[in-house]
Amino acid sequence: MKYEYDVVVVGGGPAGLAAACAAKENGAEKVLVVERDKSAGGILNQCIHNGFGLHYFKEELSGPEYAARFIKMAKDCGVEIMLDTMVLSLDGHTVTACSAEYGLIQIEGKAVVLAMGCRERTRGAVAIPGDRPSGIYTAGTAQRYLNIEGWMVGRRVVILGSGDIGLIMARRMTLEGAKVLACVELMPYSGGLNRNIVQCLQDYDIPLYLSHTITNIEGLNRVEKVTVAKVGPDRKPIPGTEMVFDCDTVLLSVGLIPENELTRKAGIAMDGRTKGAVVYENMETEEPGVFSCGNVVHVHDLVDFVTAESQRAGKAAAEYAAGKAANGGKEIAVVNGDHVTYTVPQRIRTGNAGKTVDISFRVNAIMSDRLITVTDGDTVLCKYKREHMAPGEMEHIAVPAVLLEKVSGGEIKVSVVPQEV
Amino acid sequence: MYDVLIVGCGIVGAATAYHLSKYDLSVCVCERYNDVANGCTKANTAILHAGFDCPPGSMEARLNLRGIQLAKEICEKLDVERIQMPTFIIAYDSEHELNYIQELYQRGIANGVPGVRIVDHDEALRLEPGLNPAVKAALYAPESAIVNPWEYCIAMAETAVRNGVDIKLNSKVTAIEKKDDHFVVTTASGVYEAKHVINAGGGWSAQVYQLVGGNDLYQTNFAGQYYILDKCEGHKVHSVIFPCPDEHGFKGVCVTPTVHGNVLIGPDCYEVPDGDHVGTDPATLETLKHEGHRSVPALDFREVIHEYAGVRPNTQIPDFVIGESPICPGFINLAGIKSPGLSSAPAIAEEAEVILRGLGVEFKPKAEYVDSRKRIKFRELSDEDKRALIAKDPRYGRVICRCETITEGEIVEAIHRPIAPTTIDAIKRRCNAGMGRCQGGFCGPRVHEILARELGVSPRDILIDEQGTYIITSAIKEEAAYEV
Repeated sequence: MKYEYDVVVVGGGPAGLAAACAAKENGAEKVLVVERDKSAGGILNQCIHNGFGLHYFKEELSGPEYAARFIKMAKDCGVEIMLDTMVLSLDGHTVTACSAEYGLIQIEGKAVVLAMGCRERTRGAVAIPGDRPSGIYTAGTAQRYLNIEGWMVGRRVVILGSGDIGLIMARRMTLEGAKVLACVELMPYSGGLNRNIVQCLQDYDIPLYLSHTITNIEGLNRVEKVTVAKVGPDRKPIPGTEMVFDCDTVLLSVGLIPENELTRKAGIAMDGRTKGAVVYENMETEEPGVFSCGNVVHVHDLVDFVTAESQRAGKAAAEYAAGKAANGGKEIAVVNGDHVTYTVPQRIRTGNAGKTVDISFRVNAIMSDRLITVTDGDTVLCKYKREHMAPGEMEHIAVPAVLLEKVSGGEIKVSVVPQEV
Repeated sequence: MYDVLIVGCGIVGAATAYHLSKYDLSVCVCERYNDVANGCTKANTAILHAGFDCPPGSMEARLNLRGIQLAKEICEKLDVERIQMPTFIIAYDSEHELNYIQELYQRGIANGVPGVRIVDHDEALRLEPGLNPAVKAALYAPESAIVNPWEYCIAMAETAVRNGVDIKLNSKVTAIEKKDDHFVVTTASGVYEAKHVINAGGGWSAQVYQLVGGNDLYQTNFAGQYYILDKCEGHKVHSVIFPCPDEHGFKGVCVTPTVHGNVLIGPDCYEVPDGDHVGTDPATLETLKHEGHRSVPALDFREVIHEYAGVRPNTQIPDFVIGESPICPGFINLAGIKSPGLSSAPAIAEEAEVILRGLGVEFKPKAEYVDSRKRIKFRELSDEDKRALIAKDPRYGRVICRCETITEGEIVEAIHRPIAPTTIDAIKRRCNAGMGRCQGGFCGPRVHEILARELGVSPRDILIDEQGTYIITSAIKEEAAYEV
């Protein structure tokens, strides 16, 4: 059997579903989503809390509800979804996948969209010292055990890291009867959304220790206690500041990493800062006709933004499949100025920019009353006011394409500067 | 009544059981843990050493060289990953180091190590471009290899069981009573009788010896920590690289590829009370980073996926302690098996045969003997073979561990082998599921589910590793509320 499609989407989470629907809506006839899990929806299926969809649907949904709406949309518009199927490799526009049902198959796409999402950083990756007992889970794995499998995985819990999944799990474990003793964050600020700090920690009197870390885990079989210490500006523990918590569980919420093994093996150019592919304004990678969107490009804070970005990728993929390859024009690199840790896209083709180009980025500190500037050498092209900025919250600006036409050098710089400048 | 009871199923116990299983002998192995290969065997540098390091004339030197020859055939027959690759001991511009590699070279010649020689700066970098360019000269030994140490042990233990050896897991030996012509061995799982007892207790061999009154063996355990880097770093190293020892004589931090394609950096060396002390600490890990970078400057420690510690079971005696106990006839020590124990294991098993023959045990080859083993590794198959396999058993089409591409078929097959893995880590050792960059974050719950299903037990009873390493504390909304 031959598998040929206009657009093949790898991954059936929020990014993949939105890209597939957008591809359909923009004229792609045959669109396929390949999903490794037994149901589409990705990680949303285990996110049973609310807070999804405020931007996109203008209402507050749970993760599974948000996913269900997109699964329905995909089915209604005729997107095919291949479940329980793992993509093993990508070679040009040929996707090799395997599953119990279909066997090992090759799927040809006129365009391909990569939407594999991200994975959690582990104890190993952050080298937390101490013994090797059970009871140490990444927050997402614990979330799966509770919300999908129906099992509780701990009673007295310390959480390392204040990423959103860790914060959500602090509340979730508490609601299921566990005692969450502390949430410990290495940085002087949380990596999560402010609303989650308020609703998941403060509302349950769970202390957040900023500028602290776990310096030891003890327990021969199961976690018995952890030592937490304050860290200095060099992020090294300060002797004498140790606190010991008796607990049986440690949850880790220490960062997410885009899952780009396929992308890398396909030889597609990567950005060392995002750990995702380098993308153009329409989410196309440097491999023509291969697009990438969602958390596999850069880790988002809100699924609504994943959706928006992925719709852009899906639309562009449909256009590519229809033979309308991106019209180059002038190519501009987007570079990081003060306080900006990365930008997506990293490159812009002015001939393909439409009316505005959306640029997303993150900042490296909590700041108030700032200006985001986009500059071409010494010339400020445009600026945007922000009352509050934080590393946990993604920033978005829409740069008018007409301004980009005027750029004289090969690059623009996005910076965050004090307002008085 | 067994002819031989072996205490311990690490690499030495397994090699001995495998060797004895070729003969018409009744053999039993008692293992304290819930799986084989779960002590020193699972946490070491995974090298089959070339043999230049051992003192000439020592048992270690002889058994190391014999052991790595035997390993070639065993690994081939039993489908154990083994990759021959050279060892470098690198010397920088210091007289002490340059002298040291000369001394090692002489030792290598005395031990009969094939192909060992000194290479200069240019040749060293040509043979291993990843080396620190400051290298002045190096000892080069082409006959070493890297191996999957737990698979090596599991393969021999499984083959022994296929050929009639009894294995008792969860069977810590608590008493050994010497009768006139046999032993009564009390373990956590029951009491067994045997004509001969072999002590292959690894990190606990001195304690096992004490059970028959052996009080002159002192275990000194030296732990060492390791880093494992992601496979994306694998292309940077293609050989086993050691620095010269420091002034304390410690071998130094090794950088080596693993058979799975990762890079291993370690170990350091410090004394611990026993084999359970396998924690890691930041200062040590910092040292490993520093030392690793010194040997191979291109290593990127942002790609770390795992750290662990292992314990070397030393005794006060500088060589292996192999032989019948002078105080307890019929009790045979294969004790103090520190490095190069992994390299020597099958040769140590041959020594056991020699000792048993000396005690009058007859070695009559079995009429029927299974001496081969084949595992299915989906990820290594051609597309055509993958298709055929999935058509035959669709479970091979379902990828459970996405980082390492391990299928449900492989996990189910492993569970139904002669020594059934019952824990998440036991599956990891047999199939590689959970060994990759997400460290089981995604596949853990799925492996958990498959284990419970195939073993016919509640998911609550599935452990990560040893007794007490439970995962689940209760069911959601379970009525039995608990105090926190």
